[in-house]
Parts: sequence; C-alpha cells; structure tokens
Amino acid sequence: MMRRISVLAATAALAGGIAACGAEVETSTTSGGSTGAGETTADSTPPTPSDGTLTVSNWDAYTPEGLIPGFEKETGVKVKLAKHATNEDIMGKLEASQGSGYDVVFVSGQFAEALHKRGWAAEIDHSKIPNLENLYPEANELPYDPGNKYSVPYTWGTTGICYRSDLVPSKPTSWDDLLDPAPENEGKVTMLATDRWLMLPALKSLGYSANSTDEGELEEARDLLMEQKDQLLAYDDTKFYSKLVSGEANLVEAWDGWCNYGIAEDDRIEFVVPEEGSDLWADTMVVLESSENKDEAFEFINYVLRPESGKGIVDLLTYNTPNQAAMEQLDPKLKKQYPNLGIAPSELLQQENLRDLGDAQPTWTRIVTEITS
Amino acid sequence: MRSARSSLARRGLLLGPALTWWAVLLAVPVALILAYSLFRRGTYGGVVYDLNLENFERIVDPIYLKVLWFSVRVSLEATAAALLIGYPAAWFIATRPKRWRTVLLVLVVLPFWTSLLIRTYAWMVLLNDQGLINEALTGIGLVDAPVKLLYNEFSIVLGLVYGYLPLMILPLYAAIERLSPELREAATDLGASPIRSFLTVTLPLTRSGVAAGCLFVFVPSLGNFIVPDLLGGGRQSMVGNLIQTQFLEARDWPFGATVALAVIALMAIVLWIQARAVARDREEGLADA
Repeated sequence: MMRRISVLAATAALAGGIAACGAEVETSTTSGGSTGAGETTADSTPPTPSDGTLTVSNWDAYTPEGLIPGFEKETGVKVKLAKHATNEDIMGKLEASQGSGYDVVFVSGQFAEALHKRGWAAEIDHSKIPNLENLYPEANELPYDPGNKYSVPYTWGTTGICYRSDLVPSKPTSWDDLLDPAPENEGKVTMLATDRWLMLPALKSLGYSANSTDEGELEEARDLLMEQKDQLLAYDDTKFYSKLVSGEANLVEAWDGWCNYGIAEDDRIEFVVPEEGSDLWADTMVVLESSENKDEAFEFINYVLRPESGKGIVDLLTYNTPNQAAMEQLDPKLKKQYPNLGIAPSELLQQENLRDLGDAQPTWTRIVTEITS
Repeated sequence: MRSARSSLARRGLLLGPALTWWAVLLAVPVALILAYSLFRRGTYGGVVYDLNLENFERIVDPIYLKVLWFSVRVSLEATAAALLIGYPAAWFIATRPKRWRTVLLVLVVLPFWTSLLIRTYAWMVLLNDQGLINEALTGIGLVDAPVKLLYNEFSIVLGLVYGYLPLMILPLYAAIERLSPELREAATDLGASPIRSFLTVTLPLTRSGVAAGCLFVFVPSLGNFIVPDLLGGGRQSMVGNLIQTQFLEARDWPFGATVALAVIALMAIVLWIQARAVARDREEGLADA
C-alpha cells in the first residue's frame, strides 16, 4: 500500500510539474509564437483598466527604462506596463477580450489597420498630441494609416540581409543570394519565420507585392521557397543574429535593428537592403476605443514623442524612429556603428508598406503551411 | 427510503467536485471548440456567426493531412524510443534496494523542475554545428565536418523523448515493481531462457504499464509545438504548430478550432483503443493484479 502511494505521489508531483510546464510553454509561445519562442516572459492576463491608471502593452524589451517612470513623475498618471513578444500575441489577447483590457497597445502598422477595421482603435485626437509635429512629414503618409488617424508610429524600418562579411564569398546584393545561395552558403542561411517576412524575399525576387493577394503569385513564391528549403538552416525569428555570431549561419534574413544585435557583438557582421526592394514596417501606438482614460493615453503618446524619449528609444533599440527631432539628436558614433540609422525617411518610404491581408490571410497561412510541412 | 436518499446525497457530495471539474474544464471547452468550428473568420479576424461546414471541407486538404501524418509519425517514433530507453531504466530502478528507489525516482522527475522551453534551448546549444557535441567530435578527429544533429526529424524526436521520458518511466516502474520475482524464478526453473521468460511472463504482466507509458508520451508529443519550432528549426510543422498558427498568425479561430477538434478526435480514438485493451486484460484477469 505504501508503495502504491509513493508511486502515486511521484506521478502527482510529475503531473503538477507538467501542468506548470505547460503553462510556461503557453506563455512563451504566445510570446514567441511561430515567430520563435523568445525567452521573454509575457504577462498573459490582461489587466483590467481602472481610473487614472494607464494599462499599456508593448513588446518585451521595447520600452526604454526611464520612459515610464519619467512620464509617471511628470504627469502623476500611473502606468501598468504589460508585455507581449509578438503582434500575434497581443492580437490574440485582444481577440479574447474583444478589444478591451488595455489603454494603449503597441502593434505593427498592418495590425493597427486590423484593429481599426475591427472598430477597436480610437481616433487619435491630434489636438491633444502637440508633439506629433516632431515626426518627419513622411511619417504622415504611411499607407496603412495616412494622416495617423488611429495610430502613431513609434519606430520604423525595413528588412534585409544580415551577413558575416568574412564568411560569404561575395557581398550579397539581391534576395536571390538568400533564396539560391552560393555553394559556400548552402545550409548556412536562415529566413524569418513569421508569414509576412517568410514570403517577402520570394515575392520581391519575383517582382511581386509584399502584400500580394493573388493566389498564382503566392504559389510561385511558394515554389521558390520550397526549392530553397534544402539549403536552409532554419526558419528563425529570434536567434538569427546569434547564429551569425557563432558562425552557424553565413547570411540571414533580418529586420534592420535586429541585425544590430549581431553587429554589436561582431563588427564583421553587415546589413544590406536587397536591390529588388523590401518592406517598410512601422511599429505603432494605438489607443483602444474601450479605454476610459483616452486623455491620459494621448498624454502618454505625447510624452513618447518628445525628442528625449525618442532618443532613448533609438539608443536602446537601434531602430529608426520617425521622430525627426529625436533622430537629429543622435550621437554620430551610433550612426556610424549601425548603418541602418543612416537610412533617410525618403529612402525608407520607397520600400513597400505592409498592409493587413484581409480575406487573403487564410490563403497566406495555408501556403506558408505548405512550405513548412 | 431515508437511507436511499442519504446515499444519493452522499454520492452527489462525493461526485460533485469531480463532475464540476469535468464539466468546467473538459465538457464546456470542448463544446466551445466544436461551436467555433461551425463558424467562419471575419475579414480582419474575429468570428462571424453564420453556421457552415466550410472548415471541415478545408481541413481535408492533403496539406493538413500531411502535417497530421508527420505529427503522428514523429510521436510514434518518440514513443517507441522512450519505451526502449524507459523500460530498462524502470527495470533498473524497480530492482534496486528500497532506499535507492525513491532517490532514483526523484532523479527521474527532477528535470521537470525546469521549464521545457529552457531545456529545449539547452539542446540547441548542444546539438548545433558549432555546439558541444560537434566540437568534441571534430576535436578528437572522429569526423571532419560537423554532423547535422539539429533542425531535422532526429532532433525533434530527440527533444520529445527527452521531454517526456519520465512519463514513460513512472508507469513502467509501477508495473514492474509490483511484479513478484518468484514468477520469473519459476519460469527459469521450468527451463525458460531469460528472453523467453521476459517475453512470456514479464512483458505480458507489465502490459498495462507499457500501455500507460506509451499513451503518456504519445499524447503530449502529438500536441507539442515548441520542439518542432526550436529543435526542428521551424522547417517541419507539427499539428500543434498548425493550431497555434491558425489562432495567432492567421487570426482564424474557427479553423484553428476545427484542427483542434480533429486532434481531440484522434486522441479520443487512441484512448478508446487503450481502454478496450485494458478491459480485455481485465477480463483475462491480468491487469487487475
């Protein structure tokens, strides 16, 4: 009898362990998602908004340290910062709560567009955000939300090839260097795992739109990517730069700012935007329609748009910010170390802005599944 | 009459918590999944509540069946490997002196104190081309170029076996431990070779443990999505990835629910087969030892 109990106890302990483990996995994957599970731990329960306290959800490690305390001290408005690891993560939470639970959420432009179409994004009251004038004029023309009517851009950038200049036989210039790698690079290439960026190189190489909804075009891109798969190390959204540093990979598809994490560790790592063109992504701040603290939310955005705040953002993330006043204050040394910070807004605007795919999203997902199965 | 009523009340009292648990955490969620699968995605995500069976037409697409088949295959491979490793391990533990058994069992369970995610990352450090194993192999000159250990089916199976091996060992241990040594001695005395006595005496008598262990490994393997993501390098989706992608990336909850339903149905069939086997054993008077 004793014996049985001890086995039962062990099994129960184990089951407890598994349950805990399952929960952990859940957070990490909602956080990592198909964009690869980051080691970030996201707050999974959406806090309920209460009067005077702003509930903000931003990507983990995407908020400069002093930003929130500075805002709280100056305005007396308390901020509860929740974290998500991916757009998909926060969209899933908003889907579950029908667009409530937060005052301000940080999402990429195409998701801001979706939030607006769902009726969950509040109209931005420009009169309450005077610092909007710190933005580059180009930041008012982003196709997912011209005039920043329901979102305000926080950072922006593009996607390209991040590579080890000492390992590649020649400097990459085209998406084809990634899609059809030179013999020296075979098996030493990674691609981003999230649907939009997984498809981007092939679509651009074929001369199609990054927002294509044409099934024929998508299938052509699929065929190209399936051919590439034999030469591919992995689909990776989170650790591609460390694969470059370790030498596991020679060249990887990367967001400009994330390539900098590699550059910071190894100055033989370089970044290039392929000649066929790429995407223009923007990470934005959206005030939710359900928010009961919209004035405070606008005040928060206004604070983020201050030149000093913007400078803190770039110093931390080494992404470009559409905040002209902030960009002008940057340390020239930083720009020298991270060449992406030298990309002018006019150049950025030549890239194609990502849009919500609407009814074509399920087709995209099916095609990506075909590639990864 | 009074006693009948009180016995009913007592039954209700005893069963109440379990029934509530079952209803809230199993019946209602499954009913919700079923309900979602009958609707469709809106243009910008969300659910449009018009009843239709479109999702069930979509799911018979060969591409999803391929993902499902790959998941089943990988899970079966992981289960078989876990059984081959777990049986001797359980045997070893069960035949140690009593005071050692608890220590060894605790050691088996110990890895569960760390998150599976972190342990999976650790495997990436070990297995990659520049990783510890390949450094050692090339260092001692056993191989010239790094062996591909990561981002393939091998590494997915390895990750699943590693993750779920304790779930195999514990039920096997329970089954082996209550086996009386006299039975094997009798078989030997009657002239059976060790292999024969294992196959005709030990294995049949521990069948319930084998079945439970296999089930405990197969079921979570089938639903796992971080191992194929990390150790598989995202190259081969399993059905867990498919469901996750539908809910998050595609924001297509109705179709995600349909895929989830298919997995639940598959699991139900596996459990039913197992329950049948147990019932048959019991009739033969084997399982109820």
